[in-house]
Amino acid sequence: MDTVELFKTAGVAIRTNKTRSVLTTLGIIIGVASVILLVAVGNGLQAYVTGEFEALGANRVMVMPGKVKFGSAPPGFGVEAKFDFEDVEKIGKLGSPISEVLGMVVRAVTVKYMNKSVDAWVAGVNQGYLKLGNLEIARGRFISEDMVRRSQMGGVIGADISEKLFRRGEEPVGKEIDITGGKIKVIGVLEKKGGLGVGGSDENSYVLLPVTAARKLTGAKTPAMVMVSMENTESIPVGVKKVKDYFYRRGLTDDDFTVMEPKELLSSISSLLGVVTGALSGIAAISLVVGGIGIANIMLVSVTERTREIGLRKALGGTKRDILLQFLIEAVVLSVVGGMIGVGIGWGLSLVLSRFIQTSVTGWSVGLAFGISAAVGIISGLAPAIRAGRLDPIEALRYE
Amino acid sequence: MKAKEMPVVKFDKVCRYYGSTDNGGEIVKAMCEVSFQITKGEFVAVTGPSGSGKSTLLHLIGLLDRPSEGEIYIDGVAVSKMADARLAKLRNEKIGFIFQQFNLLPKTSSLKQVELPLVYAGIGAAKRREMARSELESVGLLDKLNNRPSQLSGGQQQRVAIARAMVTKPALLLADEPTGNLDSKSGAAILELFERLHEGGVTVVIVTHDRDVAAHAPRRLVIKDGELVEDKGNGHG
Ligand SMILES: Nc1ncnc2c1ncn2[C@@H]1O[C@H](COP(=O)(O)OP(=O)(O)OP(=O)(O)O)[C@@H](O)[C@H]1O
Ligand SMILES: [Mg+2]
Repeated sequence: MDTVELFKTAGVAIRTNKTRSVLTTLGIIIGVASVILLVAVGNGLQAYVTGEFEALGANRVMVMPGKVKFGSAPPGFGVEAKFDFEDVEKIGKLGSPISEVLGMVVRAVTVKYMNKSVDAWVAGVNQGYLKLGNLEIARGRFISEDMVRRSQMGGVIGADISEKLFRRGEEPVGKEIDITGGKIKVIGVLEKKGGLGVGGSDENSYVLLPVTAARKLTGAKTPAMVMVSMENTESIPVGVKKVKDYFYRRGLTDDDFTVMEPKELLSSISSLLGVVTGALSGIAAISLVVGGIGIANIMLVSVTERTREIGLRKALGGTKRDILLQFLIEAVVLSVVGGMIGVGIGWGLSLVLSRFIQTSVTGWSVGLAFGISAAVGIISGLAPAIRAGRLDPIEALRYE
Repeated sequence: MKAKEMPVVKFDKVCRYYGSTDNGGEIVKAMCEVSFQITKGEFVAVTGPSGSGKSTLLHLIGLLDRPSEGEIYIDGVAVSKMADARLAKLRNEKIGFIFQQFNLLPKTSSLKQVELPLVYAGIGAAKRREMARSELESVGLLDKLNNRPSQLSGGQQQRVAIARAMVTKPALLLADEPTGNLDSKSGAAILELFERLHEGGVTVVIVTHDRDVAAHAPRRLVIKDGELVEDKGNGHG
């Protein structure tokens, strides 16, 4: 029989057995659509959480002088860096994936206003630090580029310092305070912040000054630490290597600096995401299995009828090849049509859902769902054909 | 001499057993050591009590089943040596088979049923339709071309099955109780049809309970308990 006739025969068989055809395609549609949808939701969730995390500074590493352990209290303490601000500038020019570099000055100081005094950390930063440190201004404003350029003695104080130096209702912005080594003007107050800040210290007791002003105030020749921002989380290893290579070229060894990556946080977040994605994948797998069982069931239920049909076709002159091809075409047509509708529905639902939550349809989920459903459809559709094809026609005709 | 002519069908000590002893089951010997031959152009009636093995014999002749022992020769070629595709071709081109249970495709029109062997013969759609139509006409079913089996009477289904067997103009026509479901008038019409085919050179083997039919046949094979007990009117013996 030629291919055209085979396709016609398969088409007639599909139309003749409408219920079976519809139910089979339905099984595939449900399997494919639900997998695509669930994976889209899972991916969306992952993208959302990763995005949030990146906004929190996941794409940022710290370079500390000497050997430091993560979480140890204020860096730049006692250890004189073997690199200076010139190096910081050069690191900033190393190019992609390094997007921004800030050499910070940190010093322990005492801050005084009127008759009150409080211990604090002074940190030299630039205008980008507000975003980098994920800080928010409660009153006044943050350090500007202009202030950095002119090394203006204006500072932003942490919430704790503000509480301890000023009375309730007293406006700190515009006041002049004494700080070890000089006087500064308060230009803003930070929003109170929970959790750990720079290098594990408490940002609520920081005085942030333009980095240039801080250098002048403290007389620091080297940065207490360098904050290096990368283009994204994935590029951290590449960026870190660039930074390290730069220091090695400068003749520094691993004892002279420490690069701290947000690995710990990353790993705990990704393990949490792994659980969520795993759960969604599990549900997706179940729906694939359910869809698959549905397909196989419908295909197998019609086996008796089909086996007799095969016996008759063989008796009338059909060869094993004719039989096998007819059934293969039937199964492929049903699977592909069902698969395409399933992709359409899954995709459509993901789009509808994306109005409420982030979703992202991925190629592999489409491929996997399509592949597995089609494979189940084809195998269970072909099974009777393969078995009956081996039988003598009269045995197939007698099958019950 | 006729005896030297190649037999169309030759049975050499053919046995057919059913079941297996694998699971302690019993073996049914449906056919045992049957030997005979049929020459081109013969008209043979096979008779015997119910369950004697007539259908079994006809299935074996029609290459629908294989012997458990012995050998069957079609046009002198041993069947056991033939590949599946060759057997399929032989069934399609040479043999027309009318089943005792009709074996029509469900949910399929009479026209499509009769077209089916022509599909496997590789005949184009238009020609197929025309041939199937004229064959259905000759069995008197011109008004039932688009009916499915469920919309046909037993006798009408029988006639669709007959049309399907004859549409390929086979050289060997095998019929298992073709008149069993028909009234005597339509039965006679069908037999007349077979007669005409026979006159045209077709070899006909027909299983029947009908004494009249058997009596009219030039040659009669009688089967009992799976054995060939009588071979009457064998002009070549
Ligand atoms: N598939 C089978 N498995 C087991 N036994 C079978 C099978 N087919 C036939 N038989 C047995 O073989 C014997 C011959 O059966 P067959 O159908 O050839 O009889 P028959 O002569 O055609 O009978 P009838 O006149 O009723 O059609 C019977 O005893 C039957 O029970
Ligand atoms: Mg019988």
